[in-house]
Amino acid sequence: MTQQVTVFGAGVMGTGIATLMIAHGIPVTLVDIDPAVLARGRVSVDRQLRHAQLLGAVPEGVVPGELVTSASVADCVGSLAVIEAVSEHAEQKDKLLREVSGLVAPGTVLISNTSGIPIDELAASVQRPDELVGIHFMNPPYLITMVEVARGPRTSDRTMESVQSLLGLVNRRGIVVRDAPGFVTSRLLHPMINNAARLVGEGVATVEEVDALMTGCLGHPTGPLRTADLIGLDNLADALVALSQRLGNTEYLPCEYLLDKVRAGRLGRKSGSGFYDYEG
Amino acid sequence: MNRVTTNEAVDSVADSEVATRISAYVETKAKAAVAHDTDLAEAGILTSMVAMEMVVFLESAFEISIIGRDLKMDNFRTVNTMAALVTRLRETAADA
Repeated sequence: MTQQVTVFGAGVMGTGIATLMIAHGIPVTLVDIDPAVLARGRVSVDRQLRHAQLLGAVPEGVVPGELVTSASVADCVGSLAVIEAVSEHAEQKDKLLREVSGLVAPGTVLISNTSGIPIDELAASVQRPDELVGIHFMNPPYLITMVEVARGPRTSDRTMESVQSLLGLVNRRGIVVRDAPGFVTSRLLHPMINNAARLVGEGVATVEEVDALMTGCLGHPTGPLRTADLIGLDNLADALVALSQRLGNTEYLPCEYLLDKVRAGRLGRKSGSGFYDYEG
Repeated sequence: MNRVTTNEAVDSVADSEVATRISAYVETKAKAAVAHDTDLAEAGILTSMVAMEMVVFLESAFEISIIGRDLKMDNFRTVNTMAALVTRLRETAADA
């Protein structure tokens, strides 16, 4: 088994995780079924690696790992670990994890970068549920040094040790939490963003004012709405629906103001506009 | 001697043109006038995203590659430091 890692999904999180690994000298196979997304992913990883370097987030003297892109799920065979960062839809994650689980050797850690789907739900699709674990990377993964680790009820001690080793290789600190919808960060952050959007929709304050209050008064590094733009408003709306369903509470459902943005294609930074407008 | 003086004069004009172009771009980000020696980080203009946008802008506007040890925030703190970086990289490219 090599020290190479496979990342599934060449979107925002997949490329960010790939960048983190490569920056620490770990070779990555980045897999996506869409050739256009894959091509953009390679460009994105190159750009992000330079971004990390610019901000001093690349360790000195480390030769970056090689990036290989692939459209074949089977190319994950032989990896030290497999990280799935496909869309936050349980069915897509289930389908991929089922396939990967049938291909990789026992002892290969399967990591879901879900922001809130319970690991034990996903574990129903894999052959060895003890080898599945959640790591909720924050965006951008190559700059944020802490991650949320979700341990499912069936995740083994051995898998947890492997996760700690992997996080050590990329200089990340993981806080392990018990498996639950939204874990800790999404359960707290997503409703807050939803409420921030609701306040703007109700005319209580503007987008800029909400963010200014949360940064200036409560010490948030960026306001909730700017954070939402970074997450992606479509992902956020999906995650809120999932939280609502799993917790049986309609208060978690995305507010109309947020849904209006999604319907208008204003999905946040990745689409050029969301709560804010972006250039380039 | 004359030749050196002429070159210095040319360099000076070129440098000032470089600085002016950079400053025009920075001002679109800052949405305000920016002095060439303003510390853009202290002024709250040089966020991590803007720094990366500056890298992309400088590379495309001046046909240079900013790589390796040059890729550090200190090089992007003022219009003048960016102009100096551009000038140096252009000279290095011309020498090569």
